[in-house]
Amino acid sequence: MEASPLLNVSKLYKNFGGVQAIHDLSFDLAEGELLGLIGPNGSGKTTAVNLITGFVKPTEGEVLYRGQNITGRAPYKIVRLGIARTFQMVKPFYQLPAYKNMIIPLCSPRVKQLIGGKYGDRDAVALDLLEEVGFERDAYVAYKTASALPQGYLKRLELAKVIALNPDLIILDELFSGLSLAEVASIVPIIEKLRQEGKSIIMIEHRLKELFRIADRVIVLNYGEKIAEGQANEVMESDAVKKAYLGAEA
Amino acid sequence: MQKRKERIDRGIKVRSSDVFALSSWREMLYVAAPRLLPIVGLLVLSFTLSIYWQRVLLSVCVFALLAISWDILAQTGMISLGQALFFGTGAYLAGIMNHYWGWPPYITIPLATIFGGLLCTAFLIPVLRLRGIFFSMVTLVLPLMLVRIIEATRIFGGTEGISGLTALPSRWVEIYVLVIVLWAALFGFRRMMNSDFGLILKGINDNDRSVMNAGINIYWFKIQALFIASSIGAFAGAFLTHVYLFVGMPVFALDYSILPIASAVVGGIGTLAGSMLGAFILVPLSEILRGLGGLRIVIYGLFLVVFTVAIPEGVFHYIQRKYHQFERWVEVE
Repeated sequence: MEASPLLNVSKLYKNFGGVQAIHDLSFDLAEGELLGLIGPNGSGKTTAVNLITGFVKPTEGEVLYRGQNITGRAPYKIVRLGIARTFQMVKPFYQLPAYKNMIIPLCSPRVKQLIGGKYGDRDAVALDLLEEVGFERDAYVAYKTASALPQGYLKRLELAKVIALNPDLIILDELFSGLSLAEVASIVPIIEKLRQEGKSIIMIEHRLKELFRIADRVIVLNYGEKIAEGQANEVMESDAVKKAYLGAEA
Repeated sequence: MQKRKERIDRGIKVRSSDVFALSSWREMLYVAAPRLLPIVGLLVLSFTLSIYWQRVLLSVCVFALLAISWDILAQTGMISLGQALFFGTGAYLAGIMNHYWGWPPYITIPLATIFGGLLCTAFLIPVLRLRGIFFSMVTLVLPLMLVRIIEATRIFGGTEGISGLTALPSRWVEIYVLVIVLWAALFGFRRMMNSDFGLILKGINDNDRSVMNAGINIYWFKIQALFIASSIGAFAGAFLTHVYLFVGMPVFALDYSILPIASAVVGGIGTLAGSMLGAFILVPLSEILRGLGGLRIVIYGLFLVVFTVAIPEGVFHYIQRKYHQFERWVEVE
């Protein structure tokens, strides 16, 4: 018997007025799997994530997490169940130093529930987590206000905030965008480590080469519809995918 | 001979941080003076002022409380244009409890503080999802609506208001209770804003979706901030009602909404102390200018413009920066 999936999305629809952002989207995610969600700009990838994480309510359809219906629940309730995401446009607390940015997720009811109370020295936990994602411990960078951090560190901070919540399902929304090759190369091991810890991951990416190296399975969206699903190399051979990425043949 | 400024504040910063401040009187004084001097100064000032200026000081303290209340909301991302709602609700509640039920001020003031806070929070809960100017507009309109309701239905004395309320025992009780509450509010809420709770409030201001994404119910935190801020405002209103022995429609006047904002802007937003300092500058200034008659508002407005243009960061931030910044001129070879 096949184990029940961690996440089950079935027949999801979302219309923004007359625009169909998501049309009949269904997929499963197994425990420990890394799923890539790709597609051209405006294909509905981020909307799909917003629907799963509760930031947008679906017009129709269901999202089940561990068999529990979480469709349309408030985002903070979904996070408490163990689904956490990063944002494509990074959302740090700009006024606060990087390590203080970490205190807010560390104060989360999810964390309190997991460790059975509050962390004693949260600043130290914050600095440890930041080091994990590549903030050099001896450098001043963790103490800089978020508004003074370069994009690479902001992306890392975004990832650290998610890791702080110790979620079972992590959704990374274009984590690699705007990063140099070297920066991406330094973040990939962090994601691999998360997988070794048994986390399930959904990655939205435009950096396909890097994604395909680590993804177990890929789903391609176009105009809100799933046009292909499977192994990375198979998917990219599909005519529908080629058409979506390269345009109609002349 | 060329000269340049040299910073010489490293030493004092290190010596006065954490437990090291206890190493000598000088360091302790460096840390304690900015807090102790204003506290003692205000207590002494309350004692030495004439009756007229004592009344002005009461008014200053009330506006300082309203400004602190505004600042707490502003730091949570809720820009209120309606501190008069909090002030007026507290004032009317105290007046009603005193006039209709005969309860004494030491019961009406605490009750009006709590129930005023609850009532105003209940008024604003439906619009908590609104952000920015949309939230502000609702806060601006609510006190204006309440005034018209009182006027039209003639409840609570209608346009006449309620007069002949019970006075506080003496003018010393009036001034000292208010001054002590002000200091307690300032230091208490400053501490609160620096705690984890305050950090979450600031986080909501900075990026509410990111706070939600940490599994935190931002609306619950906004409600708490709203209750705290409106309770402060309601206390100010209830207290002043028992000083003026009257409550009427003017308690919802625009002054109580706008002057706290001006105070926070002049003093500096984000520290609470700045907002309070702003009230201590603006309210007495308005009194001093009273002799000018019609030109008073012009000069007052000019002062406001000069303050905001010359020290946009706020007077408090400016003083704080200069206090921690020791410099001396040295010759450059």
